[in-house]
Amino acid sequence: MFSTIWFDRRLRSWCLQALLIAAVVGGLGWLAWNAQANLARRGITSGFGFLEQAARFPISESLLSYDTSNSFGRAFVVGITNTLFVSALVILFSTVLGLGLAIARRSKHPLVSGSATVYLEVIRNTPLVVQLLFWYAMLTVALPPARQALSPLPGVFLSVRGLYFPKLALSGDVLWFWVAVAVSVLLVLAAVMMRPILRLRHGTRFPLVRAALVSAAVLIGTAAWLGGVGASLDLPVLRGLNFVGGSTYTPEFTALLVGLVFYSTAFSGEIIRGGIDAVPGGQWEAGQSLGIRRWHTLRLIVFPQALRIILPPMTSQYLSIIKNSTLALAVGYPDLSFVVATTINQTGQAIEGILILMGVFLTISLTVSVLMNLYNRRLALVQR
Amino acid sequence: MFDLKKLCALILLGAAWAAPAHANDPVVTSNTLEQVRARGHVLCGASQGTVGFSSPDAQGNWKGLDVDTCRAIAVAIFGDKEKARFVPLNGQQRLTALQTGQIDVLPRTTSWTLRRDANGLNFTTPNYYEYDAFLVRKDLGIKSTAEMNGASVCVQTGSTNEVTVADLSRKLKLNLKPVLFDNNPASRQAFFSGRCDAIMTDASALASVRASQAQNPDDYIIFPASGNSEALTPAVRHGDDRWFDIVKWSFQVLIAAEDMGITQANVDSMLKSDDPRIARFLGTEPGNGKALGLDEKWAYNIVKQLGNYAEVFDRNVGMGSALKLERGSNRLYRNGGLMFPFVFN
Repeated sequence: MFSTIWFDRRLRSWCLQALLIAAVVGGLGWLAWNAQANLARRGITSGFGFLEQAARFPISESLLSYDTSNSFGRAFVVGITNTLFVSALVILFSTVLGLGLAIARRSKHPLVSGSATVYLEVIRNTPLVVQLLFWYAMLTVALPPARQALSPLPGVFLSVRGLYFPKLALSGDVLWFWVAVAVSVLLVLAAVMMRPILRLRHGTRFPLVRAALVSAAVLIGTAAWLGGVGASLDLPVLRGLNFVGGSTYTPEFTALLVGLVFYSTAFSGEIIRGGIDAVPGGQWEAGQSLGIRRWHTLRLIVFPQALRIILPPMTSQYLSIIKNSTLALAVGYPDLSFVVATTINQTGQAIEGILILMGVFLTISLTVSVLMNLYNRRLALVQR
Repeated sequence: MFDLKKLCALILLGAAWAAPAHANDPVVTSNTLEQVRARGHVLCGASQGTVGFSSPDAQGNWKGLDVDTCRAIAVAIFGDKEKARFVPLNGQQRLTALQTGQIDVLPRTTSWTLRRDANGLNFTTPNYYEYDAFLVRKDLGIKSTAEMNGASVCVQTGSTNEVTVADLSRKLKLNLKPVLFDNNPASRQAFFSGRCDAIMTDASALASVRASQAQNPDDYIIFPASGNSEALTPAVRHGDDRWFDIVKWSFQVLIAAEDMGITQANVDSMLKSDDPRIARFLGTEPGNGKALGLDEKWAYNIVKQLGNYAEVFDRNVGMGSALKLERGSNRLYRNGGLMFPFVFN
């Protein structure tokens, strides 16, 4: 009886699974209990109650409104939006520029492919922090002080304080105006994408893009007229010690953006080039024999196939970009890691701060990877 | 396929290994003095190069007021000022480093604040009274906080200063634009390149920046920022009262020696003094050393190797140094300062 239980394969594997789960849960529990006991012994208060207290420390720039009387929780949200903002811009720019780099690397012109290779090797083989500090030093040492700011255009000032430029201040019912702008952008993009496909399928020469542009203009104009939208320019002016008014890009933000874009473009470019190279040469020849132009062969035949190869490594590239944005700390841009570091210093709640930092990055990364995987599944070849 | 018995044995072994590990936790035994003696040196938190307080010189020897505060502890325990090691920490690392036992004591220009005190630290007694200040180029023509409207201010995070800047800006409606960095070199570089109109931190640290990093120190002016005063105070962990006492009284030796007129030069002749207070202090009349668990000559050794507070101050930050700071609030109480000697018996 006992021996049948002992040698029952299913029971044994269940037993093993149960033991393994118990070990993992027990291990985690022991870690948590140990941390709790150590904190209590050192007289460190724990818990997330501090999130509602006033943060009191300043954040130098933010997308959302923030002042020092806001709570730590609000400061975290401001940090998260700053992180997302920079990451999104870097992902956008580095993908577009990476595509350009990939094409340049594949060029038959030695100067084009040579300089692309040099760029790639320099960027890929130096640490990112060093590059960020380099860009920051360039921006703060090379540019003139505020009072001798360069002014390439009236109302635009470039100095060590950053780039100041006029802000378009809109008045009236702005919501529908922006909706119209967004729809118009999508419309024009769709037209550009569809044009070669239509031409290949039907041989028509319908002026699709021109039509899209005209309807976009009509759409935006109507929305502006109906909403009574008026525009005025808010010009930056040097008053006292600093520029007042207008919009600004600070050297901290610019250094981070430029540094990350330069760095990430090198990696994205190599991923894209690898994907294009992996598509069999016969596909190019097939396009050629059908009399399709080389550029259209790339866009309509090769690239869609390359995309299947590019997408998985691109996902981890995007995750790296998001994680690399925490190096903002080095050049003074207030991203989430900055807010967490400052909060830990003001409150001493290191474990909670790090938990929040980890939780947020885990959430962002998992979301990005789920979205990319969904897209990947749509693109993947359906095989029976 | 796993063998069930082997796995069970492994788990038991793991549990047996994990259980006593907890008992060896250095904080549980909380006997810092024993640990320091066994290790052979005191581990002190230091800055990443604040000249005058803690920074290595050209030969790599740590120098400064905070360094000497740490060396006093090393002399008290080992009778040798060289038995101290320094761990460079930035503003954000310093408190955690102390709490987690990476260092034994934190003498590193750290302000005594309520929340730090309540959250796992014990502050001993201040070794430097400080006020916060702005460092500004003279040619901007600004001489007080009230004239700073709209200025960009470079601030290092991980200090009380960022809160002070925000409070000042709100209170006086100055619309200050803080630019925050997590390390000293970056914020200083940003200031000297003109990214900021001012740099804000403790007046002594600014004097240190001006003396060691400005091309022409006379081009810059330092003025008080908020009128707030802060007590820079060495700190230890909660939960080890004996260690707390040793750190506290080792620094007190410097103040008491100045109060009694004992200097590095005359300490040997003072051993023959008839004054019972001096006799107790220098250990010719024993008792103090035993009470702290130290050698009876501990106070004598500190003064012999480091001098009194006046000498330590002068050589590191005062007129005998590049910083040329006034004694100010750091004079003895009877000269109008805040430094007060406690009773050595």
